[in-house]
Amino acid sequence: MIEARGLSKKYGGVQAVSDLSFEVRPGVVTGFLGPNGSGKSTTMRMALGLDAPDRGTVRIGGRRYRDLAWPLREVGSLLEARSFHPGRSARAHLSALAAGNAIPASRVGEVLELTGLAGAAGRRAGKFSLGMAQRLGIAAALLGDPGVLLLDEPINGLDPEGIRWIRDLMKSLAAEGRTVFVSSHLISEMALTATRVIVIGGGRLLADTTVDELSAGAASLEDAFLQLTSASAEFRADGGERSPGGRAGGDSGYSQYPMARRSS
Amino acid sequence: MTGITVSGTDNASGTRGRSRAVSGGHYRFRHAARMEWVKLRTLRSTWWTLGITAVGAVAIGVGVGAGTRDGSGDLTNNALVGMVPGLLLTGVLGVLVTTAEYSSGMIRSTLAAIPRRPLALAAKAAVFGALALAFGELASFASFFAGGAALGHGIAAPTLGRPGVLRAVVFSGMSFALIGLIGVGLGAIVRHTAAAIAMVVGGVYVLGQVVGALAHAAAPYMPILIVANSLSTTRPPTCSAGSGSCPQMLSAWSGLGMLGLYAAVVLVIGGWLLARRDA
Repeated sequence: MIEARGLSKKYGGVQAVSDLSFEVRPGVVTGFLGPNGSGKSTTMRMALGLDAPDRGTVRIGGRRYRDLAWPLREVGSLLEARSFHPGRSARAHLSALAAGNAIPASRVGEVLELTGLAGAAGRRAGKFSLGMAQRLGIAAALLGDPGVLLLDEPINGLDPEGIRWIRDLMKSLAAEGRTVFVSSHLISEMALTATRVIVIGGGRLLADTTVDELSAGAASLEDAFLQLTSASAEFRADGGERSPGGRAGGDSGYSQYPMARRSS
Repeated sequence: MTGITVSGTDNASGTRGRSRAVSGGHYRFRHAARMEWVKLRTLRSTWWTLGITAVGAVAIGVGVGAGTRDGSGDLTNNALVGMVPGLLLTGVLGVLVTTAEYSSGMIRSTLAAIPRRPLALAAKAAVFGALALAFGELASFASFFAGGAALGHGIAAPTLGRPGVLRAVVFSGMSFALIGLIGVGLGAIVRHTAAAIAMVVGGVYVLGQVVGALAHAAAPYMPILIVANSLSTTRPPTCSAGSGSCPQMLSAWSGLGMLGLYAAVVLVIGGWLLARRDA
């Protein structure tokens, strides 16, 4: 269970996230949708304790990330693909993380096999393609066999086979009773993967509902999403949400908000 | 919700019937230190830098020893002179140990495993400091013996039993670790490789030389002059008669304490900033 309450964060005068509250429950894949710059990555970073919220809290299993006893064994996370030193091999990277949370060394080989990296495990990770880097990030997220997974744009850089693989992986992880929270700006992908969706725009909650309910009144989930987020479309011009300048947001009202909000 | 037990044999995360229940206890310093040790030893640049540093120190010591024609000077200090250029490399390696976390994005993985940031930095400093100390002592003792063996012209090599000699050799090795730790701390404060390296080189080398020449009162407190004139000498350098404003260098123990204080101050500030700032 992931629980955000009144989360707010401002970067250099720009409100990236505003009074955001939601819950992510175990057992299903929950998609985290929003246009570029809507605050998805910022929210993920706050959940993982990398950025401190100005106001509000986000708790995982009832605790803040920094209070977890064995973080990697409780929460698996993937933020940006390249979260490793380029000079280290995939095996060395995972071995270091395993040592940090007393995870058995044998688990490193298991996640390398699982992510299809076993053959490249000894190579410098800096030479990896984006798809392989993404697989290494997923391997790190699965390393501690965690009950909660936070994945920010996990299909970036993956080929069709890789996309299907991670879709099936996320579904089966959720089916095992885990909490799977996955952000994406690819609505069609989320329509295939997620059961529930949390939609944000301009750092505010636009909808917290199921995929079926959200797409019920529209031709497709994509249409429903575009209708919902049209008010925040102006922020898309600001570019990628990872660049500081791109952490754009605003305080404009969203006329669709009251209609779109479902209390399920 | 994190403690659900899975009993299947081939589930999605690849565990074979292993319980997902998290066992008791929580991560501690020793786990963070083990992680930092794996990180440090699996980078080739660690071994290249430390190896070149040690080999360079010995080579310079041999060169100085072979060229010595007057046996009345501080022969121990002469043999250890090669340690001083090596400080630049350990300082830079110390910087990279922290700034590379930011430039590569590794910091996200590090803090995912060890979210208590001062603990993460303390473990990094302890592990890097221990490795730099080991290489520093290796380089220092090797320089001392090689420099002594290279002496010619009927000059007898100094021995470790002579007053102040063992202290000078051991303290010189320690200077590697302390300058390296100053690099780690500055790296944590500045976070950008080029800026932090400029601060280490500027603070340790350039400032030391400039202040040493211009402001004699401050000269004894410059890191590079502490290493050269306090730590690696068997007897405090004396001023030649007639030189009016000669700096009074710190004793070996005071010099060691001062260098340790510098390292402690930058590490504490670095740890404090690390905990406060968004990563």
